[in-house]
Amino acid sequence: MKTPEGLKYAKTDEWVKVEGEEATIGISDYAQDQLSDVVYVELMVDEGDSVSKGDAVATIESVKAAADVNFPVSGTIIAINEDLAETPEVINSDPYEAGWMVKIKLDDPSELDDLMTAGAYESYNVEREG
Amino acid sequence: MFTPHTPQEIEDMLNAIGVGSIEELFVKVPEKHRFPELNLPEPLTEMEIAAELKEIASANASTDEFISFLGAGAYDHYIPAAVDMLLRRGEFYTAYTPYQPEISQGTLQAIFEFQSLMSELTGMDVSNASHYDGATAAAEAANLAYHFFRGKRKKVILSRAVNPQYRQTIRTYMQGLEEVEVLGDNTDKGKDVYSEEFLSLIDNDTAIVIVQYPDFFGRVIDYTKLVNIVHEQGALIAFVFNPTALGLLKPPGEFGADIAVGDGQPLGIPLSYGGPYLGIFTTKEKYVRKLAGRLVGETVDESANRAYVLTLTAREQHIRREKSTSNICTNQGLMALAATIYLSLLGKNGFKQVANLCYQKAHYAAEKISALDGYEVVFKDTPFFHEFVVQTPKPVGQINLHLQNHWILGGFNLSEDYPEMENQMLVAVTEKITKEDIDEFVEALQEDTND
Amino acid sequence: MTEKTIYELSQPGRVGVTFPEPDVPLTPSPMGFEREHLNLPELSELDVIRHFTNLSKLNYSINSGFYPLGSCTMKYNPKINEEAARMPGLANTHPFQPIVSVQGNLYIMYQLQEWLQEISGFHRVCLTPAAGAQGELVGALIIKNYHQKNNDTKRVKILIPDSAHGTNPATSSMSGFNVVPLQSDERGNVDIQALKSECDETLAGLMLTNPNTLGLFDENVEEVIQLVHSAGGLVYGDGANLNALLGIVRPGDLGFDVMHFNLHKTFSTPHGGGGPGSGPVGVAEHLNDYLPGPIVTIIEEGDEESPPFFGFYWPEKTVGRMKAFYGHFGMLIRAYTYIAMHGGKGLRNIAEMAVLNANYLKSQIKEDYTLPYDRTCMHEFVVEGSWDKVPAVHALDISKRLMDYGFHPPTNYFPLIVHEALMIEPTETESKQTLDAFAKAMKSIAKEARENPDLLHGAPFTTPIRRCDEVKAARDLVLCCWIPD
Repeated sequence: MKTPEGLKYAKTDEWVKVEGEEATIGISDYAQDQLSDVVYVELMVDEGDSVSKGDAVATIESVKAAADVNFPVSGTIIAINEDLAETPEVINSDPYEAGWMVKIKLDDPSELDDLMTAGAYESYNVEREG
Repeated sequence: MFTPHTPQEIEDMLNAIGVGSIEELFVKVPEKHRFPELNLPEPLTEMEIAAELKEIASANASTDEFISFLGAGAYDHYIPAAVDMLLRRGEFYTAYTPYQPEISQGTLQAIFEFQSLMSELTGMDVSNASHYDGATAAAEAANLAYHFFRGKRKKVILSRAVNPQYRQTIRTYMQGLEEVEVLGDNTDKGKDVYSEEFLSLIDNDTAIVIVQYPDFFGRVIDYTKLVNIVHEQGALIAFVFNPTALGLLKPPGEFGADIAVGDGQPLGIPLSYGGPYLGIFTTKEKYVRKLAGRLVGETVDESANRAYVLTLTAREQHIRREKSTSNICTNQGLMALAATIYLSLLGKNGFKQVANLCYQKAHYAAEKISALDGYEVVFKDTPFFHEFVVQTPKPVGQINLHLQNHWILGGFNLSEDYPEMENQMLVAVTEKITKEDIDEFVEALQEDTND
Repeated sequence: MTEKTIYELSQPGRVGVTFPEPDVPLTPSPMGFEREHLNLPELSELDVIRHFTNLSKLNYSINSGFYPLGSCTMKYNPKINEEAARMPGLANTHPFQPIVSVQGNLYIMYQLQEWLQEISGFHRVCLTPAAGAQGELVGALIIKNYHQKNNDTKRVKILIPDSAHGTNPATSSMSGFNVVPLQSDERGNVDIQALKSECDETLAGLMLTNPNTLGLFDENVEEVIQLVHSAGGLVYGDGANLNALLGIVRPGDLGFDVMHFNLHKTFSTPHGGGGPGSGPVGVAEHLNDYLPGPIVTIIEEGDEESPPFFGFYWPEKTVGRMKAFYGHFGMLIRAYTYIAMHGGKGLRNIAEMAVLNANYLKSQIKEDYTLPYDRTCMHEFVVEGSWDKVPAVHALDISKRLMDYGFHPPTNYFPLIVHEALMIEPTETESKQTLDAFAKAMKSIAKEARENPDLLHGAPFTTPIRRCDEVKAARDLVLCCWIPD
């Protein structure tokens, strides 16, 4: 399971990649593996929407499950990954690059402090597996 | 009878379980309420219940003995013998939802064929495996629209010419969505979708507009302009259709409908006093993810054989639980099968023939009735399919009592649902009605007027 | 083994059924509405008969074998039910006939209402809901309307045990409630402490399945109901598992406020390959006025000379109409027939034999499968479909392998609170010999899992088709067959 360094992770399995005031959001390799084959992604936001931490980003459906993805940070949507509608399987094959979901302009970078480092997220996953 | 256990077997089974009596299995049931004496009649044998039911049925007047001009959402069509012969196969009716595709291909392929036939009939992209009936399918259309717009659009607009019971059902279903407003059908103006009053309701807060085709009064309205008006506001439009009419008339898909729903009862399903019927739900591909109810899709098995499975199940309640848009889990499996067999049997030509017969006979009836003193066809400048409204010289209930003496079931009394339509009768004519039947009907009306 | 589709079998110009030529003067089609294309298949009657007969042979059914699909009550469907519903005097009646001309129908419906009330201990029953899920919706809307009429608008929360069917939470949110899951205790009962902590002034109600989906009768059911009532909430009973309670205990006597019946389960009106169901709803007296309509009532009492005269009424504070007309009348006739043939003692026998069968079958397989809750069950029980020693084998593999032994698998992966659940409901109509044969198959599969797990992964081998690619079905959506131009 890949957990790239340099990204921030939420307990609800979203990752955040910060570049200046902008952040890209997706779901972790661990999360896509739990879901198994993703067959559909519905993005619940549009460009220009302002969103708060905890709001729904997307719903992901696999054959056996459906999961909600929530914003781990607040901000304004500057881009959404339109390709996911046609190729949802990239969430499985490339969760950290092609599987990105939205880019936002951060409202409050201090919200990032609540998120985990790659190491902490890995330990958290080991703990969850029991 | 239906439990095979012998006393010896019961004893052996109790021993294997390790209890001394059947009663011991129920010790966790509160003693005070355990084993109530049920006050029910003594059991009947099969022979006795068969006789009793025959006796009960004889208290009814059925369309076997009576000529029926009743429609208003349920229609007396001829059902070819082969339909019921096939429905009676236990492999179909004693199976359940096809959760295990390896041993349910019969049900799955039949539903897949049903979906295909419904898409073709309505001119829409996709059909689901069916809903309970036309009324609940219409309610699910409103539900789909609400969820498609993620709750941002709050108005559900109904034409007053949509079946009154469908409108009531839609209102029941919308109770859970407290901010939704259902409107459009409360005044007489709501019967005309092109009235200024109706059109002025459609705006950017509108989730969906629901119309009927042919409408509840049998009228065939050109909705082309309405569809454009609704789409200009970014809203959806649903057509409630009668499937028989689509054998003759341009389908909802060609008007640009976003959703087309209807009751499939006319497709080989007996009247059965109102149910079980068949809710048809078809839509554009773009809305398929918000569609409630089961869907069957084509795929392959491990040996690359073509196979069918329930698909997009992650929309449904058993996975999504409180986040699913509907709680529906059954479909009308056996009724969908009936419609599939019916349309397969009639085929392209037979089905067109039925639609045309309904149309021709209804027009003959309308002409004969309008020639009677005191009777007049209402909306006479609007085309109709196989139902039309007649202004009668006295209350419809009274006329129908008189007709019953002539072994005729008269048309639907509109004043019960439409107070403004006093002394107006909705007359339906199907292929089963002969010219003689119509002439008899007209004579009986004439006789009643002369009384 | 695959069957062509009706469109692949179609031959242009072939005719199945024809109708008489019009016997009236012709009217031209309405201008501008003519249909140009209608591509229905063209088949002979024999083509159609063969096609659907062939399809039927690809199905597993109760008529062909044991179908222990937990929580679905796949009991034998008596054939007289089918004859009854097709009697021309009943089947060929129009829903808008004057009530004087359908007194036979109304008599059946009235009797069925009365009988369901007697069986369940509820005060009134409405027959209109089309299926169990719609009955649930009625229940949730009744709870909503009841609190609203009492101006108790803070009550927005519905509690649902974690063992519940998915329809319960879906119904609650569809009715505008917030859903709060309630955990189960180690004996499979509602956790009383968890319940107490949720009993506050926002509590609208609890949806409770009893016996629950573990097949267990809640040992504290009266206390659970009492707690909800004391907090001002109502208790909805999911009647999915009523088969276990016929003549054993009446949910109304236990204090439930409202419950749906599944006529297609408990009362043998068949499952129809997924429907039609039928989901009447019963209520305690304080909720009579909230039921949907129409409901059958006696308008004029009868006497020695003449029978009573039946009609319909709408309850005063009704939640509204659930569907067109009066419910699935054809299913109501079947349930009427079934109850009439059983009487009180016969119904109790159903529940007793259903519970006997479940406990017996449990005793026969518990050596080989883990029982997460090992106590006397009701009509069904749940085992774990996996073993620590063979981690690669899952409940799904066991299910698929059962098909090779000629059985329909149990319900898989439900309830969610049991790891790799297999939920087994034998029903009362199965014989000891059938149960023994099934137990033997289960044992044999457990042995195969230990010795040759790959065999299970490949199963089934003997079915018309093998395992399907469900990912492909969902990604490359094909919902409509090839239709020629």
